[in-house]
Amino acid sequence: MSATAEQAHQEGSKKLFMVVWVSLLVLTGTEVFLAYQNLELKLMLIILMTLSIIKASLIIAYFMHLRFERASLAWTLMPALVFVIVMMFMAFPDSVRLYEMTPE
Amino acid sequence: MAKEAMSAHGPRHVGAGAAAIESAWEGGGSPYAVSSKKLGMWLFIVSDAITFSALLVAYSYVRVASAAWPRPFESPSIVNATVMTGVLLSSSLTMVMAVRASKLGAVSSTFGWLFATAAGGILFDILHVREWLGLIHEGVRLFSNPWGTPLFGAAFFSLTGLHMTHVTIGVVYLIVVALGFRRSKFSAEDVEVSGLYWHFVDLVWMFIFPLVYLMSAKLG
Repeated sequence: MSATAEQAHQEGSKKLFMVVWVSLLVLTGTEVFLAYQNLELKLMLIILMTLSIIKASLIIAYFMHLRFERASLAWTLMPALVFVIVMMFMAFPDSVRLYEMTPE
Repeated sequence: MAKEAMSAHGPRHVGAGAAAIESAWEGGGSPYAVSSKKLGMWLFIVSDAITFSALLVAYSYVRVASAAWPRPFESPSIVNATVMTGVLLSSSLTMVMAVRASKLGAVSSTFGWLFATAAGGILFDILHVREWLGLIHEGVRLFSNPWGTPLFGAAFFSLTGLHMTHVTIGVVYLIVVALGFRRSKFSAEDVEVSGLYWHFVDLVWMFIFPLVYLMSAKLG
Protein backbone atom coordinates (compact mmCIF):
# COMPACT_ATOMS: atom_id res chain seq x y z
CA MET A 1 0.00 0.00 0.00
CA SER A 2 2.70 2.47 0.93
CA ALA A 3 4.52 1.74 -2.34
CA THR A 4 1.45 2.55 -4.42
CA ALA A 5 0.72 5.63 -2.32
CA GLU A 6 4.23 6.86 -2.94
CA GLN A 7 3.84 6.15 -6.63
CA ALA A 8 0.59 8.11 -6.80
CA HIS A 9 2.33 10.98 -5.11
CA GLN A 10 5.28 10.97 -7.48
CA GLU A 11 3.36 10.64 -10.72
CA GLY A 12 1.06 13.59 -10.37
CA SER A 13 0.22 15.66 -7.39
CA LYS A 14 -3.17 17.30 -6.93
CA LYS A 15 -1.48 20.60 -7.68
CA LEU A 16 -0.20 19.39 -11.07
CA PHE A 17 -3.69 18.20 -12.08
CA MET A 18 -5.21 21.52 -10.99
CA VAL A 19 -2.63 23.39 -13.08
CA VAL A 20 -3.42 21.22 -16.14
CA TRP A 21 -7.18 21.70 -15.58
CA VAL A 22 -6.84 25.49 -15.30
CA SER A 23 -4.63 25.58 -18.45
CA LEU A 24 -7.28 23.62 -20.35
CA LEU A 25 -10.00 26.04 -19.22
CA VAL A 26 -7.84 29.05 -20.18
CA LEU A 27 -7.15 27.57 -23.65
CA THR A 28 -10.90 26.95 -24.09
CA GLY A 29 -11.56 30.55 -23.07
CA THR A 30 -9.02 31.74 -25.64
CA GLU A 31 -10.77 29.75 -28.37
CA VAL A 32 -14.16 31.22 -27.47
CA PHE A 33 -12.64 34.72 -27.36
CA LEU A 34 -11.18 34.19 -30.87
CA ALA A 35 -14.59 33.09 -32.16
CA TYR A 36 -15.94 36.52 -31.17
CA GLN A 37 -13.21 38.25 -33.24
CA ASN A 38 -14.69 37.07 -36.58
CA LEU A 39 -11.37 36.06 -38.11
CA GLU A 40 -10.99 34.78 -41.65
CA LEU A 41 -12.11 31.12 -41.93
CA LYS A 42 -8.82 29.41 -42.82
CA LEU A 43 -6.79 31.45 -40.29
CA MET A 44 -9.40 30.62 -37.64
CA LEU A 45 -9.22 26.90 -38.53
CA ILE A 46 -5.42 26.86 -38.18
CA ILE A 47 -5.39 28.71 -34.82
CA LEU A 48 -8.20 26.60 -33.37
CA MET A 49 -6.57 23.33 -34.46
CA THR A 50 -3.22 24.38 -32.96
CA LEU A 51 -4.87 25.21 -29.62
CA SER A 52 -6.91 21.98 -29.70
CA ILE A 53 -3.81 19.86 -30.35
CA ILE A 54 -2.13 21.52 -27.34
CA LYS A 55 -5.21 20.73 -25.23
CA ALA A 56 -5.32 17.13 -26.46
CA SER A 57 -1.60 16.70 -25.69
CA LEU A 58 -2.12 18.00 -22.14
CA ILE A 59 -4.98 15.55 -21.60
CA ILE A 60 -3.01 12.60 -23.02
CA ALA A 61 0.22 13.42 -21.17
CA TYR A 62 -1.16 14.19 -17.71
CA PHE A 63 -4.79 13.08 -17.33
CA MET A 64 -4.25 9.90 -19.34
CA HIS A 65 -0.92 9.48 -17.64
CA LEU A 66 1.05 8.66 -20.80
CA ARG A 67 3.97 10.87 -19.76
CA PHE A 68 4.54 8.65 -16.74
CA GLU A 69 4.30 5.34 -18.63
CA ARG A 70 7.28 3.62 -20.19
CA ALA A 71 8.26 5.48 -23.38
CA SER A 72 7.73 2.34 -25.51
CA LEU A 73 3.95 2.62 -25.00
CA ALA A 74 3.80 6.17 -26.35
CA TRP A 75 6.12 5.26 -29.23
CA THR A 76 3.85 2.35 -30.17
CA LEU A 77 0.57 4.25 -30.00
CA MET A 78 1.20 7.83 -31.06
CA PRO A 79 3.19 7.66 -34.34
CA ALA A 80 0.64 5.21 -35.79
CA LEU A 81 -2.25 7.48 -34.82
CA VAL A 82 -0.56 10.61 -36.16
CA PHE A 83 0.38 8.84 -39.39
CA VAL A 84 -3.19 7.69 -40.07
CA ILE A 85 -4.61 11.13 -39.34
CA VAL A 86 -2.02 12.84 -41.58
CA MET A 87 -2.92 10.41 -44.39
CA MET A 88 -6.57 11.44 -44.06
CA PHE A 89 -5.57 14.99 -44.97
CA MET A 90 -4.08 13.89 -48.28
CA ALA A 91 -7.09 15.00 -50.30
CA PHE A 92 -8.01 17.89 -48.02
CA PRO A 93 -6.66 20.76 -50.21
CA ASP A 94 -9.33 19.74 -52.72
CA SER A 95 -11.93 21.31 -50.41
CA VAL A 96 -10.40 24.75 -51.08
CA ARG A 97 -10.62 24.11 -54.83
CA LEU A 98 -14.30 23.14 -54.47
CA TYR A 99 -14.94 26.33 -52.52
CA GLU A 100 -13.29 28.50 -55.16
CA MET A 101 -15.12 26.76 -58.00
CA THR A 102 -18.55 27.20 -56.40
CA PRO A 103 -20.68 29.39 -58.69
CA GLU A 104 -21.78 32.59 -56.95
CA MET B 1 14.23 -11.97 -16.92
CA ALA B 2 16.69 -12.60 -19.75
CA LYS B 3 19.02 -14.39 -17.40
CA GLU B 4 16.33 -16.75 -16.17
CA ALA B 5 15.33 -17.64 -19.73
CA MET B 6 18.96 -18.32 -20.57
CA SER B 7 19.44 -20.74 -17.73
CA ALA B 8 16.09 -22.39 -18.31
CA HIS B 9 16.77 -23.10 -21.94
CA GLY B 10 20.43 -23.92 -21.51
CA PRO B 11 22.91 -23.97 -24.35
CA ARG B 12 20.33 -24.02 -27.18
CA HIS B 13 20.58 -20.23 -27.43
CA VAL B 14 23.68 -18.39 -28.38
CA GLY B 15 23.07 -14.74 -27.46
CA ALA B 16 21.37 -13.07 -24.51
CA GLY B 17 19.37 -11.03 -27.04
CA ALA B 18 17.71 -14.11 -28.53
CA ALA B 19 16.81 -15.37 -25.07
CA ALA B 20 15.30 -12.01 -24.08
CA ILE B 21 13.18 -11.95 -27.24
CA GLU B 22 12.00 -15.48 -26.70
CA SER B 23 11.10 -14.85 -23.09
CA ALA B 24 9.03 -11.83 -24.19
CA TRP B 25 7.20 -14.02 -26.73
CA GLU B 26 6.55 -16.63 -24.09
CA GLY B 27 4.81 -14.03 -21.98
CA GLY B 28 7.74 -13.50 -19.65
CA GLY B 29 8.63 -10.01 -20.72
CA SER B 30 6.43 -6.92 -20.47
CA PRO B 31 7.68 -4.51 -23.12
CA TYR B 32 5.24 -1.74 -22.14
CA ALA B 33 5.18 -2.42 -18.39
CA VAL B 34 1.38 -2.07 -18.34
CA SER B 35 -1.29 -4.68 -17.74
CA SER B 36 -3.18 -6.24 -20.63
CA LYS B 37 -6.37 -4.39 -19.57
CA LYS B 38 -4.65 -1.04 -19.84
CA LEU B 39 -2.95 -1.89 -23.12
CA GLY B 40 -6.29 -3.12 -24.48
CA MET B 41 -7.99 0.15 -23.54
CA TRP B 42 -5.16 2.14 -25.15
CA LEU B 43 -5.48 0.16 -28.39
CA PHE B 44 -9.25 0.68 -28.36
CA ILE B 45 -8.73 4.41 -27.78
CA VAL B 46 -6.33 4.67 -30.74
CA SER B 47 -8.80 2.91 -33.05
CA ASP B 48 -11.70 5.01 -31.74
CA ALA B 49 -9.60 8.15 -32.22
CA ILE B 50 -9.15 7.18 -35.86
CA THR B 51 -12.94 6.76 -36.24
CA PHE B 52 -13.55 10.22 -34.82
CA SER B 53 -10.71 11.67 -36.92
CA ALA B 54 -12.33 10.32 -40.08
CA LEU B 55 -15.63 11.99 -39.18
CA LEU B 56 -13.92 15.24 -38.17
CA VAL B 57 -11.80 15.39 -41.34
CA ALA B 58 -14.87 14.64 -43.50
CA TYR B 59 -16.82 17.32 -41.65
CA SER B 60 -14.02 19.89 -42.03
CA TYR B 61 -13.70 19.06 -45.72
CA VAL B 62 -17.37 19.79 -46.37
CA ARG B 63 -17.23 22.83 -44.11
CA VAL B 64 -14.32 24.44 -45.99
CA ALA B 65 -15.74 23.48 -49.41
CA SER B 66 -19.21 24.97 -48.81
CA ALA B 67 -19.72 28.67 -49.38
CA ALA B 68 -23.27 28.48 -48.02
CA TRP B 69 -22.46 26.61 -44.80
CA PRO B 70 -25.08 27.47 -42.16
CA ARG B 71 -23.96 29.45 -39.12
CA PRO B 72 -26.75 28.65 -36.68
CA PHE B 73 -24.78 29.09 -33.46
CA GLU B 74 -25.45 32.49 -31.99
CA SER B 75 -24.19 33.72 -28.64
CA PRO B 76 -26.55 31.63 -26.42
CA SER B 77 -25.48 28.41 -28.23
CA ILE B 78 -21.81 29.29 -27.90
CA VAL B 79 -22.24 30.03 -24.18
CA ASN B 80 -24.09 26.70 -23.79
CA ALA B 81 -21.33 24.79 -25.62
CA THR B 82 -18.64 26.57 -23.58
CA VAL B 83 -20.39 25.53 -20.37
CA MET B 84 -20.56 21.95 -21.72
CA THR B 85 -16.81 22.07 -22.39
CA GLY B 86 -16.20 23.32 -18.84
CA VAL B 87 -18.39 20.56 -17.40
CA LEU B 88 -16.53 17.87 -19.36
CA LEU B 89 -13.09 19.25 -18.44
CA SER B 90 -14.09 19.42 -14.78
CA SER B 91 -15.39 15.84 -14.91
CA SER B 92 -11.93 14.85 -16.18
CA LEU B 93 -10.44 16.50 -13.10
CA THR B 94 -12.79 14.58 -10.78
CA MET B 95 -11.85 11.41 -12.70
CA VAL B 96 -8.17 12.06 -12.02
CA MET B 97 -9.05 12.50 -8.34
CA ALA B 98 -10.95 9.17 -8.40
CA VAL B 99 -7.93 7.36 -9.87
CA ARG B 100 -5.69 8.98 -7.27
CA ALA B 101 -8.02 8.06 -4.42
CA SER B 102 -8.34 4.48 -5.68
CA LYS B 103 -4.53 4.10 -5.73
CA LEU B 104 -4.41 5.33 -2.15
CA GLY B 105 -7.05 2.72 -1.26
CA ALA B 106 -9.65 5.29 -0.20
CA VAL B 107 -12.82 3.42 -1.15
CA SER B 108 -15.54 5.91 -0.23
CA SER B 109 -13.74 8.90 -1.71
CA THR B 110 -13.08 6.96 -4.95
CA PHE B 111 -16.79 6.15 -5.06
CA GLY B 112 -17.68 9.82 -4.53
CA TRP B 113 -15.28 11.14 -7.19
CA LEU B 114 -16.49 8.52 -9.71
CA PHE B 115 -20.11 9.53 -9.10
CA ALA B 116 -19.18 13.22 -9.47
CA THR B 117 -17.59 12.34 -12.82
CA ALA B 118 -20.68 10.43 -13.95
CA ALA B 119 -22.85 13.37 -12.83
CA GLY B 120 -20.74 15.66 -15.02
CA GLY B 121 -21.39 13.32 -17.95
CA ILE B 122 -25.14 13.36 -17.28
CA LEU B 123 -25.17 17.17 -17.07
CA PHE B 124 -23.24 17.32 -20.36
CA ASP B 125 -25.81 15.02 -22.01
CA ILE B 126 -28.74 17.10 -20.73
CA LEU B 127 -27.23 20.34 -22.05
CA HIS B 128 -26.44 18.66 -25.37
CA VAL B 129 -29.91 17.18 -25.85
CA ARG B 130 -31.38 20.62 -25.14
CA GLU B 131 -29.16 22.01 -27.90
CA TRP B 132 -30.25 19.26 -30.32
CA LEU B 133 -33.95 19.81 -29.60
CA GLY B 134 -33.48 23.55 -30.21
CA LEU B 135 -31.90 22.90 -33.63
CA ILE B 136 -34.56 20.32 -34.58
CA HIS B 137 -37.24 22.81 -33.57
CA GLU B 138 -35.64 25.41 -35.87
CA GLY B 139 -36.03 22.95 -38.75
CA VAL B 140 -32.64 21.23 -39.00
CA ARG B 141 -32.98 17.72 -40.46
CA LEU B 142 -30.33 15.25 -41.61
CA PHE B 143 -30.50 16.36 -45.24
CA SER B 144 -32.17 19.75 -45.06
CA ASN B 145 -32.08 22.94 -43.05
CA PRO B 146 -33.54 26.44 -43.50
CA TRP B 147 -30.17 28.16 -44.02
CA GLY B 148 -27.82 26.60 -46.56
CA THR B 149 -25.73 23.51 -47.36
CA PRO B 150 -28.15 20.59 -46.75
CA LEU B 151 -25.36 18.34 -45.42
CA PHE B 152 -25.03 20.46 -42.27
CA GLY B 153 -27.59 18.35 -40.39
CA ALA B 154 -26.00 15.01 -41.27
CA ALA B 155 -22.51 16.26 -40.39
CA PHE B 156 -23.62 17.87 -37.12
CA PHE B 157 -25.86 15.07 -35.85
CA SER B 158 -23.54 12.18 -36.77
CA LEU B 159 -20.48 13.79 -35.21
CA THR B 160 -22.09 15.06 -32.01
CA GLY B 161 -24.37 12.01 -31.86
CA LEU B 162 -21.44 9.59 -31.87
CA HIS B 163 -19.78 11.67 -29.16
CA MET B 164 -22.98 11.78 -27.08
CA THR B 165 -23.19 7.99 -27.37
CA HIS B 166 -19.64 7.76 -26.02
CA VAL B 167 -20.50 10.04 -23.09
CA THR B 168 -23.61 8.01 -22.28
CA ILE B 169 -21.72 4.70 -22.43
CA GLY B 170 -19.02 6.32 -20.28
CA VAL B 171 -21.56 7.31 -17.62
CA VAL B 172 -22.83 3.71 -17.41
CA TYR B 173 -19.24 2.38 -17.38
CA LEU B 174 -18.24 4.74 -14.54
CA ILE B 175 -21.28 3.84 -12.43
CA VAL B 176 -20.61 0.10 -12.91
CA VAL B 177 -16.94 0.59 -11.95
CA ALA B 178 -17.87 2.76 -8.95
CA LEU B 179 -20.31 0.16 -7.60
CA GLY B 180 -17.89 -2.69 -8.33
CA PHE B 181 -14.98 -0.90 -6.67
CA ARG B 182 -16.99 -0.37 -3.51
CA ARG B 183 -17.80 -4.10 -3.41
CA SER B 184 -14.09 -4.91 -4.04
CA LYS B 185 -15.08 -6.55 -7.32
CA PHE B 186 -12.91 -4.11 -9.27
CA SER B 187 -9.39 -2.97 -8.47
CA ALA B 188 -7.73 0.43 -8.57
CA GLU B 189 -6.45 -0.54 -11.99
CA ASP B 190 -9.99 -0.97 -13.32
CA VAL B 191 -10.73 2.55 -12.11
CA GLU B 192 -7.64 3.80 -13.95
CA VAL B 193 -8.65 2.03 -17.18
CA SER B 194 -12.16 3.53 -17.01
CA GLY B 195 -10.42 6.88 -16.48
CA LEU B 196 -8.50 6.45 -19.74
CA TYR B 197 -11.79 6.03 -21.58
CA TRP B 198 -13.37 9.04 -19.89
CA HIS B 199 -10.42 11.34 -20.65
CA PHE B 200 -10.55 10.21 -24.26
CA VAL B 201 -14.22 11.22 -24.52
CA ASP B 202 -13.19 14.60 -23.10
CA LEU B 203 -10.31 14.83 -25.59
CA VAL B 204 -12.58 14.23 -28.59
CA TRP B 205 -14.85 17.07 -27.47
CA MET B 206 -11.79 19.36 -27.51
CA PHE B 207 -11.88 18.97 -31.31
CA ILE B 208 -15.66 18.87 -31.84
CA PHE B 209 -16.25 22.07 -29.86
CA PRO B 210 -14.02 24.37 -31.97
CA LEU B 211 -14.66 22.65 -35.31
CA VAL B 212 -18.44 22.32 -35.07
CA TYR B 213 -19.46 25.21 -32.84
CA LEU B 214 -16.82 27.92 -33.11
CA MET B 215 -16.34 27.48 -36.87
CA SER B 216 -20.09 27.89 -37.46
CA ALA B 217 -20.73 30.67 -34.98
CA LYS B 218 -22.63 33.82 -35.86
CA LEU B 219 -21.40 36.39 -33.39
CA GLY B 220 -21.08 40.13 -33.04
